[in-house]
Amino acid sequence: MHKILYAEFLAQDIKRFRIQALKIAQKRKAGQFVIIRVRENGERIPLTIAGSDKKEGSVTIIVQGIGKTTKQLNKLKSGDSIMDIAGPLGKPSEIEKFGTTVVVGGGVGTAIAYPVAVALKEKGNHVISIVGAKTKDLVILEKEMKDTSDELFVTTDDGSYGFHGFVTDKLLQILNSGSKVDFVLAIGPIPMMKRIADVTKPFGIKTVVSLNPIMVDGTGMCGGCRATVDDKTVFVCVDGPEFDAHKVDFDLLTKRNRAYMREEKVAMEKFMKEML
Amino acid sequence: MQKISNKDRMKIPRQQMPEQEPLARVANFLEVNLGFDAELAKTEAMRCLQCPKPKCIEGCPVQIKIPEFILLISQGDFLGAAKKIKEDNMLPAICGRVCPQEEQCEVLCVTGKKNPPVSIGRLERFVADYEREVAGLSVPEPKPRTGRKVAVVGSGPAGLSCAGDLIQMGHAVTVFEALHELGGVLVYGIPEFRLPKTIVKGEIENLSKLGVEFVTNAVIGMTDTIDELLENEYDAVFIATGAGLPYFMNIPGENLIGVYSSNEFLTRVNLMKAYRFPEFDQPIIDVKGKNVIVVGGGNTAMDAVRTSKRLGAKNAYIMYRRSETEMPARIEEVHHAKEEGIEFRILTAPVEFIGDENGWLNGAKCIKMELGEPDSSGRRRPVPMAGSEYILDIDVAIIAVGNGSNPLISQTTPDINVNKRGNIIADENTCATSKKGVYAGGDIVSGGATVILAMGAGRKAAKAIDEYLKSLDVPVNQPAGSNA
Ligand SMILES: Cc1cc2nc3c(=O)[nH]c(=O)nc-3n(C[C@H](O)[C@H](O)[C@H](O)COP(=O)(O)OP(=O)(O)OC[C@H]3O[C@@H](n4cnc5c(N)ncnc54)[C@H](O)[C@@H]3O)c2cc1C
Ligand code: FES
Repeated sequence: MHKILYAEFLAQDIKRFRIQALKIAQKRKAGQFVIIRVRENGERIPLTIAGSDKKEGSVTIIVQGIGKTTKQLNKLKSGDSIMDIAGPLGKPSEIEKFGTTVVVGGGVGTAIAYPVAVALKEKGNHVISIVGAKTKDLVILEKEMKDTSDELFVTTDDGSYGFHGFVTDKLLQILNSGSKVDFVLAIGPIPMMKRIADVTKPFGIKTVVSLNPIMVDGTGMCGGCRATVDDKTVFVCVDGPEFDAHKVDFDLLTKRNRAYMREEKVAMEKFMKEML
Repeated sequence: MQKISNKDRMKIPRQQMPEQEPLARVANFLEVNLGFDAELAKTEAMRCLQCPKPKCIEGCPVQIKIPEFILLISQGDFLGAAKKIKEDNMLPAICGRVCPQEEQCEVLCVTGKKNPPVSIGRLERFVADYEREVAGLSVPEPKPRTGRKVAVVGSGPAGLSCAGDLIQMGHAVTVFEALHELGGVLVYGIPEFRLPKTIVKGEIENLSKLGVEFVTNAVIGMTDTIDELLENEYDAVFIATGAGLPYFMNIPGENLIGVYSSNEFLTRVNLMKAYRFPEFDQPIIDVKGKNVIVVGGGNTAMDAVRTSKRLGAKNAYIMYRRSETEMPARIEEVHHAKEEGIEFRILTAPVEFIGDENGWLNGAKCIKMELGEPDSSGRRRPVPMAGSEYILDIDVAIIAVGNGSNPLISQTTPDINVNKRGNIIADENTCATSKKGVYAGGDIVSGGATVILAMGAGRKAAKAIDEYLKSLDVPVNQPAGSNA
């Protein structure tokens, strides 16, 4: 059992947790993830590590309640516990001194992009961040991103806050303004990452995305997390999760992530009934 | 005991294993073989000729004293028989169920020359079950502690047997397991209907009682590296991480939804209990009323195909590119699969998977094979027959063509030598690797093999580690809290 040391909502359905896991806190690097199991009969799900506190021995995860397990997790409060946490898993982000970098976070993807932005900054890069959300209330980590970025842009789809439009629109604006960008990292929903890849490709800018396939073990044992990158099959949990955005088959990933839609609905309905 | 001549012994027929009827068992996940009762066991034991130079022992990878334990059974001393087996095999309830006896001990049985061989495996299983049910698992007296600590990486049969021996030699042992559950392939791979999980749990509880410490969710290479284990706490390490990197076939369509590796399919069902979804959260694609093919001819393939039948598949096929004689699966598993209505498409292989516009598998293009010249494995090489392609309507395909080795440890410990297939290179007799104090055994060394070989390797390693620890001249660390 791993104790939740602190839990707070950042926005509706988006919750930040600090969970006791000393070893993982000491070892984790930007870009890595954990596999957790909330309860005894629970499924194993991957969650990217958003930060850690080595002294306290805790890792931070930020969870959007979408499916049954994430909703169940978001019901837990400080002092509660989760069953299992394993990690850190996956390859750390490749942090180099690129020059000018743009970090794009869409929705809860901002939580995953944040530690990479911190690492890029620490390495001496000029960091421009674009944080996107559907609407003002769903913008997360604005302050944290601001503190670690040289420039920060917030975009909302409905124009209720910051720039009115998608993160891609903002990125295109930056690129068209003639700024020289050497590296782009984009983390968010698959359609967003795909569009970012399309935007940066004509400019020939190295672009990296973090993939979020369905996983089971997270250690390379099952192959459930496979994706096609550069026409080759990869196991995202051990070969990634970060890949060259221009080589990822996003359509395949989108389809594969729908494999259990029917079951997710069944689980959700059962969970909602139990909550009543 | 009555005197009985060898001639009369030969006349006793091989006793049938009581089992669940095929029609009943495909509707549940309970064990198929029900086990001998005392009467059947004693009768079967009478068939053993008590050869002065027993051939069977030569076939056993850990040299169980087979005629001796069978004699004890025929005398009704079942607990004595269990003790006799345990001198050489730590996990008889497991091995009695899953060892390929027909190619190890039973194939050499002298009775078997003219008649069916003595059912050595079933007798082994009987005494192990008897001991567990009647006497409970026995915990030997603890040995004086040596103060040395060993880390075992992986909790499959290799890791468990090594831990069991080391703790009884007086060393402290911690087993690190990547998953949240202990047992390795015994829990995530081999299904309940062949090896009930309570048996594996019992063995693990027994080790806990002996003082073995278990740490789950510890992915060595990531959570801790081998070097960190050696620097921080442990005097030696045994790596028993198994062969856990599934091979795919590299044919078109392999990433369609509905194509699983056998590891994923079996892990979802066995470890995550997806067959009890939604009571358990982890889902699996619903195969009720659908067509499933399993590609491969080993135990894993048989387990996957029989599992899919139990999940309600309408047609469940084994597709294997060689002929049935080349199938590596245990004969009993092939036999049980056939009884359960599994259709065998031998000398056939898929060349492409076909899907719909949403990325769901709906067919396999298959090609027929004929056997040509023997290949490097000594088996006749399957050669595709031009123009024999056909399409099979399927909804789920499970690839069970073998496993490579997981690179997490070798990547983070470059001074452990591996061969070109990624298997750790270890001494055959001592399991020592190229790195001082680090030993390795089981599937991570041999590639996918058997439970008994993994167990044997674990025991060999324990012996070698014990000798290594005794040879160390660094002083034993002062135990925590001592005033010295
Ligand atoms: C479906 C199936 C059916 C089989 N049927 C039979 C049969 O009938 N008879 C038979 O004799 N053999 C059978 N086998 C083969 C047999 O199970 C294996 O040969 C045996 O389990 C190997 O034992 P092991 O201890 O080397 O590894 P495993 O049992 O594979 O255990 C390795 C353990 O190490 C863990 N691990 C891996 N990497 C790490 C890491 N980095 N850190 C920490 N832990 C790690 C794994 O999670 C796993 O729990 C079968 C195999 C399968 C897959
Ligand atoms: S999640 Fe199983 S191999 Fe990646």
